[in-house]
Amino acid sequence: MANELEAQVQLLEAQLKKLQKNQPKDQLSIIVFSGDLDKVLAAMIIATGARAMDMEVKMFFTFWGTAMLRDKNKSPKGKDFMSKMFGFMLPKGSTKLKLSKLNMCGMGTAMLKDLMKKKNVASLEDLIATAAEFGVEICICEMSMNLMGFKKEEMIDYPNLSYVGVGTYLSDADESKIQLFI
Amino acid sequence: MTTEELKALKSDKVVDARSMACPGPLLAAKKAIGDVDEGQIMEILSSDEGTKSDIPKWCRKQEFEYLGSIDEDGIYRLFLKK
Repeated sequence: MANELEAQVQLLEAQLKKLQKNQPKDQLSIIVFSGDLDKVLAAMIIATGARAMDMEVKMFFTFWGTAMLRDKNKSPKGKDFMSKMFGFMLPKGSTKLKLSKLNMCGMGTAMLKDLMKKKNVASLEDLIATAAEFGVEICICEMSMNLMGFKKEEMIDYPNLSYVGVGTYLSDADESKIQLFI
Repeated sequence: MTTEELKALKSDKVVDARSMACPGPLLAAKKAIGDVDEGQIMEILSSDEGTKSDIPKWCRKQEFEYLGSIDEDGIYRLFLKK
């Protein structure tokens, strides 16, 4: 009887350990796939808000999302023709993004930015600075960088920035309580 | 706490987040709370109605005691005890 109980306790302890190990952390993972101004604004507001709630925050920028992290003042040398073309066609940094709706050849975007200023809504540039200050981690998809021909030298200076693959995202998402795809 | 009780409170720290839009007040509160000692009272001023819902939830997560809020002509005064 005593042996049986002991065996049961051991089994429960092992199961508890396994459960504890698999429990998600107080962490938020966001995939930023979109390069639309409105969508990345939402992503940045959620990310900075989560830091205020003391959550760990990891943002993964991939495909059109990566263009937002280009620095408009940096022009890397030695790009091939296709990379130059892509670089020319895609927005060079956060100030060049457009709305997903009602862009109206840029008029809608300009109107929204004006409205945001009037209503004291933080600009995308302010939000990036806040994210840096509050310790939001930024991971950029290496494959997207390659595909679009972006060079590391042309990306923004950000304290917590790294270049990663899908495995990093999956492992971090696996440990996160909240996962978002924007 | 009743409005009268809240009005009588002496805040140890006041965070002025008026005219800030979401997530400004929350970030301002987070920044300021570091200067507050345990047991002290912090007051957040906001003109953003969402703050009234956000701060109690923030308090619950951070394990601060949310004391209540007063509405004064579109300005919300929210009180918490660290």
